[in-house]
Amino acid sequence: MLQEITSTDTGCLTINVGPQHPSTHGVLHLVITLSGETILRVDPHLGYIHRSIEKMCESLSYRQFIYVTSRMDYLSSHINNHGCALCVEQALQIEVPPRAQVIRVLMDELTRMASHVLWWGAMAMDVGAITPFFHAFRERELINEIMEETCGARLTMNYMVPGGVMFDLHPNFQKRVKDFIPFFKSKLDEYDELLTHNIIFKQRTQHIGVLSREDAISYGVTGPTARASGWACDVRKRVPYECYDRLRFEEVVEQAGDCYARYLVRMGEMRQSLSLVEQLIDNIPQGDFQAKTKAVLKLPKGEFYSRVETARGEFGVYIVSEGGTTPYRIKFRSPGFSNLSALDHMARGHKIGDLVAIMGSLDLVIPDIDR
Amino acid sequence: MTLRNYLRNIFQGLRSLWTGMRRTGYYFVHHKEIITQQYPDEPPRLAERFRGEVVMPHNESNEHRCTGCTACELACPNGTIKIITKYEVTPEGKKKKALDQFIYHLELCTLCNLCIVACPTDAIKMSQAFEHSVLDRRELIKILNKPGSRLMDGVE
Repeated sequence: MLQEITSTDTGCLTINVGPQHPSTHGVLHLVITLSGETILRVDPHLGYIHRSIEKMCESLSYRQFIYVTSRMDYLSSHINNHGCALCVEQALQIEVPPRAQVIRVLMDELTRMASHVLWWGAMAMDVGAITPFFHAFRERELINEIMEETCGARLTMNYMVPGGVMFDLHPNFQKRVKDFIPFFKSKLDEYDELLTHNIIFKQRTQHIGVLSREDAISYGVTGPTARASGWACDVRKRVPYECYDRLRFEEVVEQAGDCYARYLVRMGEMRQSLSLVEQLIDNIPQGDFQAKTKAVLKLPKGEFYSRVETARGEFGVYIVSEGGTTPYRIKFRSPGFSNLSALDHMARGHKIGDLVAIMGSLDLVIPDIDR
Repeated sequence: MTLRNYLRNIFQGLRSLWTGMRRTGYYFVHHKEIITQQYPDEPPRLAERFRGEVVMPHNESNEHRCTGCTACELACPNGTIKIITKYEVTPEGKKKKALDQFIYHLELCTLCNLCIVACPTDAIKMSQAFEHSVLDRRELIKILNKPGSRLMDGVE
């Protein structure tokens, strides 16, 4: 297809962006067909960081395969692990203790905030603002420290295990999170001052990369990207898992479908996550942090699917079991892959400089796309 | 667009830039809050649960708690741990399985903590070791039980 366009249309120019380009946030390779400065077509070339995680998981037991999923969407590694743990629990019909459920939701929401705050800095950096990046990393560091204290790691925590969480919360956890909530609230207002109302940022993002609701659905786009197009698809609201059905939070939905709407959705989600953490932090029930499970987990024969809402969209885990200790087949439905598929549609007709803003607003994590 | 709207847009744009620059200026003059850790000069602040590497604690009389049951070896997703066992003769004259070598490949380890959770006798734990770089890869293959060490009494 690419060859046809370049050979017949002599006025076109084909250029490569990536795999070593700072704005692609990793090793994504985009082949762009340009007419002057206008994008005619974007072809993402994948596979530079393919590690065959799905195949690897087939040789790992149901306790072991969870840690690999941290390496997919590393910015929401807790939530990936959560999805896998949920799928195993659903198959074995393990009842997760209430304390573990609350800890999981707390960790998920902290991860979501850390992921969105990093995205905020990176997005601003993509469109040319340097300062927000440093602000974002300062706040993310605090979340990372909370994670490090409880889970022992900062990025690939491997904290969710089938039946609950690996250890109990650190005694300092509640205090540190309580200190963090008002601090982060004030910082969110600061973010609005710095970027949300900034005229240059608005003009770089408004009416750029518009994705209609119908297109969002047909491309299978999920997460904040889809909600910016007016499609309410939050798994936490639609198919509540853990204790999300007992919590009060709003699903942030915007109608415009452009880069600025995606920005606003993520900013809104950070506030919603903060309110979720606020609701839960004083109401952590006492009890076990892990259900009693067998030492060797054997899933019954059959097919199991569970889904969670990561910071980028819907993450699905599909396990086919033949009754043994290792899965027969595992399929991960990663949000980044579907979101990337809409990039061509969004970028057509825009200038090449806008492509960076569109990619930034999609919040791509390349290991999540390639797996 | 009327001229009035046009001017208003310009004014609002300038005001948005001023708001952002005021925040930047605030941090320019309030730079007391230093958040950078001067890492090589001062030691890093590590959490107490920080996962650095797997170690096997020994007590003063060079005894460890590892029975050589290979639960950690089975729990490890990467083949990081290799346990070699030997047969020791107890005073009663019975043969008993004991640990010979606990080989730990740090270069394969992803620090997922599954071995620590799997250990039934708490023989291994995560240490706070932070700087792992070595000049030769072979230095990363470690034997965790000290030479001449034996199983602690009362650990089955």
